[in-house]
Amino acid sequence: MTKNARTIKVDYLARVEGEGALTIRFKGNEPKSVELVIFEPPRFFEGFLCGRSQLEVPDITARICGICPVAYQMSSCHAIEAAAGARITQEIRALRRLLYCGEWIESHVLHMFMLHAPDFLGYPDAIAMAKDHGDLVKASLRIKKAGNAIVNLLGGREIHPINVCVGGFYRAPTAGELRALLPELAWARDTLAEIMPTLAGLPFPAFERPVELVSLKHPDEYPFNEGRLVSNRGLDIPVRDYERHFEEQHVAHSTALHAVHVGHGPYVVGPLARFNLCFGELRPFAKRAAEAIGLVPPVMNPFKTLLVRGVETLQALDEAIAIIDGYRQPPIARVEVPTRAAVGMAATEAPRGTLYHRYRVGADGLIEEAKITPPTSQNQKSIEDDLFAIARRLVEMPHDAATKLAEQTVRNYDPCISCSTHFLRVRLEHE
Amino acid sequence: MRTPKKPKLAVFKLASCDGCQLSLLDCEDELLAVAGAVEIAYFLEASSRIVKAPYDLTLVEGSITTAHDAERLQQIRKMSKKLITIGACATAGGIQALRNFADVAEYARVVYARPEYLSTLATSTAVAAHVPVDFELRGCPVSKAQLLEVLNAFLNGRPPRIGSHSVCLDCKRKGTVCVMVAHGTPCLGPVTHSGCDALCPSYTRGCFGCFGPSASAHPSALRPALTRLGKTDAEVARLYATFNAAAPTFAAEHQALAPKKGPAA
Repeated sequence: MTKNARTIKVDYLARVEGEGALTIRFKGNEPKSVELVIFEPPRFFEGFLCGRSQLEVPDITARICGICPVAYQMSSCHAIEAAAGARITQEIRALRRLLYCGEWIESHVLHMFMLHAPDFLGYPDAIAMAKDHGDLVKASLRIKKAGNAIVNLLGGREIHPINVCVGGFYRAPTAGELRALLPELAWARDTLAEIMPTLAGLPFPAFERPVELVSLKHPDEYPFNEGRLVSNRGLDIPVRDYERHFEEQHVAHSTALHAVHVGHGPYVVGPLARFNLCFGELRPFAKRAAEAIGLVPPVMNPFKTLLVRGVETLQALDEAIAIIDGYRQPPIARVEVPTRAAVGMAATEAPRGTLYHRYRVGADGLIEEAKITPPTSQNQKSIEDDLFAIARRLVEMPHDAATKLAEQTVRNYDPCISCSTHFLRVRLEHE
Repeated sequence: MRTPKKPKLAVFKLASCDGCQLSLLDCEDELLAVAGAVEIAYFLEASSRIVKAPYDLTLVEGSITTAHDAERLQQIRKMSKKLITIGACATAGGIQALRNFADVAEYARVVYARPEYLSTLATSTAVAAHVPVDFELRGCPVSKAQLLEVLNAFLNGRPPRIGSHSVCLDCKRKGTVCVMVAHGTPCLGPVTHSGCDALCPSYTRGCFGCFGPSASAHPSALRPALTRLGKTDAEVARLYATFNAAAPTFAAEHQALAPKKGPAA
């Protein structure tokens, strides 16, 4: 078989959330085109949100994604509250941050140890990895559980929480209920901090690509629910202007819409963007842990998002502990949200990146129009660009290794294909 | 002496949110034990290792919304000795079955600028509408405890201990105060299948039907109580038109009550 007639083909990309396919076309040794093919069956959420009450929205949008339902609930609630002109209390704000901490911990730890780390250590999955690295896998499961325990208590259950509503929560937990979580959270924080130097020693491929990074930024805190949208290339806008700067395009090979920064092109949201843009707002514990392994901005190697997720998990664990330490059960768990004809927008930071929602609500409180831009559709073009940039290396590599590196390149982004609209098939084609 | 071969477990996904298969990975305390009792032969979300069919036990998440998935499901059934559906999408068509009561072309135009790029069926249907199913586990999402019970039962060749009574009974067992009687909060507990351990009422919230209709549900008998608590017909219709909208008992009620143009109008 001659080199330039070679076809590398893998039918399924595993360890991503949802299913899709990947085609890399080569002419000789030169990459010609890269398509991240997503054919997750369309589910039309924006369509059937129309005609629903504004109060029903967070329960419906949660079902877009089983991995990050909290993110969908948070963006929905904030967007509808913005439309209604409702203001939540400081206590509700803190509880929402706490809930988000829980989702970041469980989602990041799932990705770091069960989906991503097996790539670096050469295992098909975390279970096989556990045979040689049993303590590491067991510790990661326990850390993940500490995050899920927050979502379980505050949300009622880990997947599709039931306690979140527009205006706040159905029931605020008692201080005693929350304090019971502290010992495991403290154990998780200290254990992960000890594991970080080991993770920093993983073999990260040397790869950097200049790219625009976009995230929310808040003056005092690492971003969750509030802030302005900023980038490393000068963007600094209020969230309500999002659609004036970002546009979604429908391409033939994908049921996810591709987002671009108008006049600038593809961009990246998620851990890498937040870390580089909001390093100053990290809590001292997380910042020290990052500095201790030499992880300081600029970090432009997408393979190192494994470490960045670790830092963000430490941030979330440390903040969760602080919120619980200062918690007193508030007299009201939810504020009244009036009904009026208006449009509301909000963006929050899902584990995978900025999640934008806009709703037009009628005077009767029913949704007239909904728009949802998930992180994966924003990152999709950049994933393709990373693959294009790494393709020349792939062509020089043995078939198996090339395939694995291509998959790992996609996994850097923890793509949630269910979100973006299932089935990742990887195909490297040569003409 | 040869050790007996472990049963092969496969997990497949159709149109869904990934949440029900994630429930398995969320069993942090039991995951390594489960992985010790079975050979994980096909579980793309968790592993890139694929072991050839046949599979002893197959879990299917998601509903049928494309011709491609309908075909795939036939293959999955042929490869599987026992097939269990997990979650509201696989057992009732999921929230995406709202399309069954609306014009799917209109939905596609709302969401996608170039609907001609899409290939999708006009309906979202349960797995059992296409192939024989050995057990249906309900919930949006499924309960982790019930998922482990079903796996345990099938691996040991016994029937799963999963009740089909209503959420109401679970509230009584737990001693949760009735949110309808005590707080005047509308609640679908009387008609909804158990499985969540009566979660919402324990958070002072009315049940909203994640587990679909219970075995003997009569939504029309609950209707006057919901009306008394101030719910309009359109609002009651919407209560049933969610994650189990196409489950026949719920579908009959929201279709009876919905304003002319479908459940969400």
